Amino acid sequence: MSTRVALFVTCVVDQLFPRTGMAMAEVLERLGCRVEFPEDQTCCGQPAYNSGWMDEAREVAQRFVRVFEGYEYVVAPSGSCVSMVKNHYPELLGADPFGGRVFEFSQFLTDVLRVEDVGARFAHSVTYHDACHSLRELHIKAGPRRLLANVRGLELREMEPPEECCGFGGTFSVKFPHVSQAMGATKAESIQRTGAEYVASADPSCLMNIDGALRRLGAATRTIHLAEILASR
Amino acid sequence: MQYESQQILNVLNDAPLQQKLYGATARNQAKRRNVIPPAFQPEFQKLREAARDIKRHTLDYLDYYLEQAEAQVTAHGGHVFWARDAAEATSYVLDVMRRRGARLLVKSKSMTTEEIHLNDRLEDAGLEAVETDLGEFIIQLNRERPYHIVTPALHKDRYDVADIFERTLGVGREEVPEKQTLIARRILREKFLAAGVGVSGANFVVAETGTVVIVENEGNARLSSSAPPVHIAVAGIEKLVPRLADLGVFLNILARSATGQALSIYTSMLSGPRREGEIDGPEEFHLILLDNGRSRVLAGRERRETLQCIRCGACLNHCPVFRKIGGHVYPGTYSGPIGAILTPQLSGPQEAPWLPFASSLCGACAEVCPVKIDIPKLLLSLRAEIVESAKDEKASWAEKLAFRFYAWLMKHPRLFDMAGEAGTAVLPLLGLPGREGQSFRRQWRQRSQA
Repeated sequence: MSTRVALFVTCVVDQLFPRTGMAMAEVLERLGCRVEFPEDQTCCGQPAYNSGWMDEAREVAQRFVRVFEGYEYVVAPSGSCVSMVKNHYPELLGADPFGGRVFEFSQFLTDVLRVEDVGARFAHSVTYHDACHSLRELHIKAGPRRLLANVRGLELREMEPPEECCGFGGTFSVKFPHVSQAMGATKAESIQRTGAEYVASADPSCLMNIDGALRRLGAATRTIHLAEILASR
Repeated sequence: MQYESQQILNVLNDAPLQQKLYGATARNQAKRRNVIPPAFQPEFQKLREAARDIKRHTLDYLDYYLEQAEAQVTAHGGHVFWARDAAEATSYVLDVMRRRGARLLVKSKSMTTEEIHLNDRLEDAGLEAVETDLGEFIIQLNRERPYHIVTPALHKDRYDVADIFERTLGVGREEVPEKQTLIARRILREKFLAAGVGVSGANFVVAETGTVVIVENEGNARLSSSAPPVHIAVAGIEKLVPRLADLGVFLNILARSATGQALSIYTSMLSGPRREGEIDGPEEFHLILLDNGRSRVLAGRERRETLQCIRCGACLNHCPVFRKIGGHVYPGTYSGPIGAILTPQLSGPQEAPWLPFASSLCGACAEVCPVKIDIPKLLLSLRAEIVESAKDEKASWAEKLAFRFYAWLMKHPRLFDMAGEAGTAVLPLLGLPGREGQSFRRQWRQRSQA
């Protein structure tokens, strides 16, 4: 029996990076999952939550729960949004509606489907950015690297330092644009030093921010979501 | 609300300062990493948990342990003074100096005495206070406040120090750090011998023995607490630990987290004045237990863990925001992530409402905190409080409208989709990369219908 998976593509991927969502669906289907997209989904509520607007965050979160509560697994291409649902909903809603059923995409592959080789081919050099919420709130570090190591033709180059924030931080980048950009510049420089053609991550917002920082730096490195690499053949 | 002040922009635009700041914090990070090698990680994580548990327990029963400490210090012939605030604490120090006829006070490094502005208060009274920690000495000469909890002169390199020494001490220009140290040493040695009172902070106060514990690397704290005839230790009430044995946990994590050492060079344990038959130590010993807002923090159970802090400064070294904006833009005494949660609680969140928002919530601080304070969680809690208290004010209307609209839009998927279409159509006009093709939901619908 195939695993039934609800895609939570996140508001950012839905509207800005649809290719990431399609790639995620493709990989999951290739691995035998029955993929569904609950059309009533929008956002997890994190922008309001992180900005201190708890009532607004709660309204959006309650809605999220109604849309997704019937599914066995919920998978998203963003560690940050997953952490919001997994780690912060219990505090915000006073209950843990999903228990362990919400997964960041790479973690779903490695920990639930127990797959490390998805049969992808991507003949490029890649450096991997540990998105902060994936790394520190979901403890994802080795999984994406194991997935990348099994991609044919791919050369993984670690950046130094590897675990520094890219400076996005949601509304932080709006409230402190210059501090955010300075952090982004530091990140872009450490990416550029690897000489890699691509920087990959499991968080579209970080990638969006890093893309801007790389452009400002005039670097040739391009951003790509992990799902898109894993969907390549 | 003013978030990004001119002061912040000035720091960002100061290229040499940026380099010093990023370089020094990177070195501090590397030192910490080297002294917590992978093989030691499992034990280190257990030590963190033990430290958190001990602090949690102590804070839950703080009244008991404070009285126990007071009884012990008194039994050893020392004096304990309970200071409600900065004014009471500094007045007590002034009274002791007047009674002893002392005009000069030597001080070892202490953030708590920074917090009560002891030096300023003494200066106003026509008395002299000399900082004896090398970093603090440099900062005092330049009339600045500490840039960093542990490395107060983090933003100064040896050339800056050469400038400061030349200008303020009337010595020839000296750019070699070792020789700069000798200059400071010569001056400070005379101060130690002439001082009527020595003041220190306290890294820990052991309740069962009434022992004040001070860790340091330069020997200046030991001299400050033993050479002058009077010693006064100023400790925040959260510095208590129940037992001497607990130091086995805390000494193991403090220096590793702070300076990347397995142990500090000096660990001094002070238990009252000189006793009969002893050849050194002060004639008088005073312990000031300072509240200054701490009992208010203690009362708010949700944020009580803030008081677990042992002032190691690791969160500063690892904070990507601190590493860009530096220590002087933070209001209050404590900079970096710990300052961002402590200052609003000590002085009220409305003093600097931007402070808890100056974080990308990356979590690096909590990851390294040796007593496991969940700083991001506390930042979020403070943000919510600030928003809640100001949401109906005029200054908040735009943000309020934005988040009301956001919540409304996110409850209406079709309108969200339409807004997305409109929004993404505008992106190229703003010079931003546009979206490739249609939104995910539209592509998915087409795929399902095909």
